[in-house]
Amino acid sequence: FYLTPPQVNSILKANEYSFKVPEFDGKNVSSILGFDSNQLPANAPIEDRRSAATCLQTRGMLLGVFDGHAGCACAQAVSERLFYYIAVSLLPHETLLEIENAVESGRALLPILQWHKHPNDYFSKEASKLYFNSLRTYWQELIDLNSGETTDVREALINAFKRLDNDISLEAQVGDPNSFLNYLVLRVAFSGATACVAHVDGVDLHIANTGDSRAMLGVQEEDGSWSAVNLSYDHNAQNEHEVERVKMEHPKSEEKSLVKQDRLLGLLMPFRAFGDVKFKWSIELQKRVIESGPDQLNDNEYTKFIPPNYHTPPYLTAEPEVIHHKLRPQDKFLVLATDGLWETMHRQDVARIVGEYLTGVHHEQPIAVGGYKVTLGQMHGLLTERRARISSVFEDQNAATHLIRHAVGNNEFGTVDHERLSKMLSLPEELARMYRDDITIIVVQFNSHVI
Amino acid sequence: AARMFLRLLSDIQWRAAHPKWRRMTSSQRSTSTTAEPHPVSLPAEAQVVICGGGIMGTSVAYHLSKMGWKDIVLLEQGRLAAGTTRFCAGIVSTARPVSIELKMAHYSNKLYQQLEQETGVQTGYMKTGSISLAQTQDRLISLKRIASSLNVMGIPCEIISPKKVVQLHPLINIHDLVGAMYVPEDALVSSANVSLALATAASRNGVQIHERTSVSHVTIQKGRVTGVETDRGWIQCQYFVNCAGQWAYELGHSGEEPVHIPLHACEHFYLLTHPLQEPLSSSIPTVVDPDGRIYIRNWQGGILSGGFEKNPKPLFTEGRNQLEIQNLQEDWDHFGPLLSALLRRMPGLEALQIMQLVNCPESFTPDMRCIMGESPTARGYFVLAGMNSAGISYGGGAGKYLAEWMVNGYPSENVWPLDLKRFGTLQSSRTFLRHRVMEVMPLMCDLKVPRWDFQTGRQLRTSPLYDRLDAQGARWMEKHGFERVKYFVPPGNDLLDLEHSKTFYKPDWFDIVGSEVKCCKEAVCVIDMSSFTKFEISSTGDQALESLQYLFSNDLDVPVGHVVHTGMLNEKGGYENDCSIARLSKRSFFMISPTDQQVHCWAWLKNRLPNDSNLTMEDVTWKYTALNLIGPRAVDVLSELSYAPMTAEHFPSLFCKEMSVGYANGIRVMSITHTGEPGFVLYIPIEYALHVYNEVMNMGQKYGIRNAGYYALRSLRIEKFFAFWGQDLDAFTTPMECGREFQVKLEKGMQFVGQEALLEQKQNGVYKRFTMFILEDHDTDMDLWPWWGEPIFRNGRYVGKTTSSAYSYTLERHVCLGFVHHFDEKTGEELVVTTDFINQGEYEIDIAGQRFQAKAKLYPFSSLFTQRRRKDEMELSGYQRE
Repeated sequence: FYLTPPQVNSILKANEYSFKVPEFDGKNVSSILGFDSNQLPANAPIEDRRSAATCLQTRGMLLGVFDGHAGCACAQAVSERLFYYIAVSLLPHETLLEIENAVESGRALLPILQWHKHPNDYFSKEASKLYFNSLRTYWQELIDLNSGETTDVREALINAFKRLDNDISLEAQVGDPNSFLNYLVLRVAFSGATACVAHVDGVDLHIANTGDSRAMLGVQEEDGSWSAVNLSYDHNAQNEHEVERVKMEHPKSEEKSLVKQDRLLGLLMPFRAFGDVKFKWSIELQKRVIESGPDQLNDNEYTKFIPPNYHTPPYLTAEPEVIHHKLRPQDKFLVLATDGLWETMHRQDVARIVGEYLTGVHHEQPIAVGGYKVTLGQMHGLLTERRARISSVFEDQNAATHLIRHAVGNNEFGTVDHERLSKMLSLPEELARMYRDDITIIVVQFNSHVI
Repeated sequence: AARMFLRLLSDIQWRAAHPKWRRMTSSQRSTSTTAEPHPVSLPAEAQVVICGGGIMGTSVAYHLSKMGWKDIVLLEQGRLAAGTTRFCAGIVSTARPVSIELKMAHYSNKLYQQLEQETGVQTGYMKTGSISLAQTQDRLISLKRIASSLNVMGIPCEIISPKKVVQLHPLINIHDLVGAMYVPEDALVSSANVSLALATAASRNGVQIHERTSVSHVTIQKGRVTGVETDRGWIQCQYFVNCAGQWAYELGHSGEEPVHIPLHACEHFYLLTHPLQEPLSSSIPTVVDPDGRIYIRNWQGGILSGGFEKNPKPLFTEGRNQLEIQNLQEDWDHFGPLLSALLRRMPGLEALQIMQLVNCPESFTPDMRCIMGESPTARGYFVLAGMNSAGISYGGGAGKYLAEWMVNGYPSENVWPLDLKRFGTLQSSRTFLRHRVMEVMPLMCDLKVPRWDFQTGRQLRTSPLYDRLDAQGARWMEKHGFERVKYFVPPGNDLLDLEHSKTFYKPDWFDIVGSEVKCCKEAVCVIDMSSFTKFEISSTGDQALESLQYLFSNDLDVPVGHVVHTGMLNEKGGYENDCSIARLSKRSFFMISPTDQQVHCWAWLKNRLPNDSNLTMEDVTWKYTALNLIGPRAVDVLSELSYAPMTAEHFPSLFCKEMSVGYANGIRVMSITHTGEPGFVLYIPIEYALHVYNEVMNMGQKYGIRNAGYYALRSLRIEKFFAFWGQDLDAFTTPMECGREFQVKLEKGMQFVGQEALLEQKQNGVYKRFTMFILEDHDTDMDLWPWWGEPIFRNGRYVGKTTSSAYSYTLERHVCLGFVHHFDEKTGEELVVTTDFINQGEYEIDIAGQRFQAKAKLYPFSSLFTQRRRKDEMELSGYQRE
């Protein structure tokens, strides 16, 4: 049996989200026109997460994709919390003081972030108080540290990543009297997540990446063709520098056991990640926490299992690699995606497909005959061609959806094959993960007129 | 809000924007004596002020001035003939499905033909003929039906083969055609110049024309027009005519008392090309390809081709100023499908060079028919607008009818299908109009089969039982915004889809309605008839009785509790309304009229009832749910539910009593069914509706009760020869002409409206006679079904048209109702129609060109009533009498 095109569309579009940035927000002309995002699950439940928010106390917009493993708890927590850590890291001293005073005296808090969420993107209500307290401790430390210097975005990103990972680790060690929360913080810490986050402020684009998700810039060449520029490095075994880094951090005796079968300690694909305390804590700490933890944790073989050749932890870090790029007029869009996309598509194809999609939408000018000599036949041919182009492009209203359609449905000729698409989408849950990974994509479109 | 009508662009800008078009239509401008801006100041008063200098305004001015009214001022916000009229394609086509529209178009054609000679203004009139193409058999049937109508009006017209098509127009690709209709006398004109010619003639007759004068609003006092406020001052006047085209709605709403004119503009596109290599002959016929949704006419040796796309673009929903009209964009992507249809029809045009794609908004109405007549709330406020893109075809005739209406009190033809009063405030919502016109515009080209319904703007007015009935399989149609049940699809049988019902032949609900009819005849059925218009008229003294006795033809001075069928006649004895009136008490009456009478009847009575605070009239339509219990067992159901004897001795026919049904008290029960079958109508205060319905259905179970719809009702009433107002009866039909003298009391001791006319008819005989026809050699399964409007032939000569038809499940034959005239064989003069004339003829009914033998009857079949009870014969006895 095959899914009908409307069925296929309803699956592909279930999680799509678009946000158009208001042309003028009263303060600044935004360098971002808007973004499209979407996710297609392969795991049930999906382990990928995505976030997008506008910073309200500083300028700029944050966008990120998070690829969870060993469950979705860590990715979920990071998707909820990381942007707050970044935003707080970016805040000037006075604003931090103001916020702290507000909390202290029970006044209304200045809003820090304006989230742009799909209805399916949820926040955990139960943990919000716990998360808030950790965040507050962070900004209190920032206030105490007051360096007086203006905040550097790169530093802020690195600090935020590291601090959040640290808080995740601490919360799990301390535990919580509430058994639900106690179990939650442990699940967050024992699962893992990569993160690829973009901070866009005017022409300044920062990408902070931890793990094997990827950021790619779509560039339109002078001849109109499309090319891709990587704005992140994958932290995995294919990255020589990364392998080198890991080896440098451990004794030579472990050199052989560090990376096996392209995995860290023969187990983990990404070489950097949030959570995953199994690769960060000492064996004693792991045992103590698991023993004092709830039964569910004790019953879980995966958490109890200690990686082999585990001598000099930590083996894993959440510290991101940050790349700064100054946007140029030819930089038309940015794609953030989890490895589910990059496994199936070459970045060059991604650049072309998104580029053509975006220009197709925005550059289809109305035809006017004006003073030209046009025959009925010529006009008819022109209109037919336009209709054909439009019907294929306008099937999707969302660039991320369009990209997923290609990623899942492309045949050997690089065109979408409905039969293939239908097959891939109708795979039973238990098989889906074998043929494809969760895919999460954010396509950010830049406003070339401003840049 | 009064300042909505901004001044038009200056002429210079206009020229720059559309240089080519201007050259084409404006060559006559210099000969027009009326085009000078602001020649004189506005008069302080006038008898008539017309707003709008397009084809409608100028036509009204022309006809009014011809009929002798001289004190007329025509105001145009821009220049004459500059709006839709300027852009309109200029096709004068008589191929119209609605008879009154056909007559208007026919008159327009004759008028335009001689207009140049009359006025000296070149109108570009060219008799080219028109060819309407059929790509399907169904389309051909619909063309044949129109051809039948044209032929009996003496308008030349023939159904031709594809081969003949290509002889008439060598460019047409005929490979996908099954036939066509050729109307050789259809014509082309320059619509702007026709308008200028009419204006010129009107101006010679004394009409003052003022361009660049905007009407801001009309002042109305005590329900009468008193004057018009313009940007150049106030004009006192008795009559105002709103011919503002697509701005008519806004203008209607600009005053303090709104006049609802339900129309909405849509963008309309057509293409102009350079001449062909070998320029088209100026006499080449205009081509209409409704299946391709396009029309193609000659234009200066090239073509002009436009159409009615499936996805129209409504505009000015929020109401904008006219400034925007000239800035409307060409939209080639939108026009693409029509261009494909054009090249498919005329592949030889591939190399033809485009000149321009014109975007010319047209206004459309909720039912595809134009709007004319007087406002129901403001006397002296007349409207002529909403031409559904056929303005030039209707212009002459519509202007004539409206002028007659103003001068004589009513037009010379029945224009009820076009009357503004067929609409109420409910059709005036902008959202409703926007959605409805998006359906109406494609319908211009869609095939219209019997009993089609609009799909948009539905579920506006509903009975409280709507959901209950819907859950039981009800299929709905709409009348005056009210949802009414057509029939009930039995459970397990609901694969019935809409597409299947679209047929000129036997419809797929045939057996379903058959079983509902059978149940009405043998057991009992419930039909929700809540849509009927209901008024209560009461007074402190005898004022109500006295006024009603004057306004209605039957004697209403009956004992309390009696129901009277009566006509509400005009001075000529014609039916303005046909209703049932129950005398609730000495001083109060309950009046039931057809659904679409709500606005018309209200206005008619309001204008004629004395202005007496002791006499009140209330529209209680919304207060009551009406359940019609039809069938021999209705009496049993009702007596069980009320513990009251309902037999003929206690509750004779044509009676009305308030009683309890179930727990609910105060239910008005009337022993009428509108079908001639035994039964009762229950008028139930709406909060009791669901209770009473449930009680009736529960109690009725043992008597075999079931739901039924209007199709069953129709079949029943037509086989009983019951005429319905709006379908069979109109303002030009008197009771004498339809065998209803028994519903007139000529000697009721006081005068009533129409009495003189009826007395004269009684003395001198009638000129048409309502007759029932039973089709003899018609095969219900195989032959085309009659609808209405089919020509009737007596001894081979045309004598009239049918007005309604239905299959009679009792007779197992089709029954058509219609009017027979007697035209003198030589002069065509109308002669008196006698009973002998009817009885001594051989009759045929023409369905889409095929004639079927028919038996004519002036009285219903008595055999149908043999099994009936005595009490039912009382209701029908009048028919036997005469």
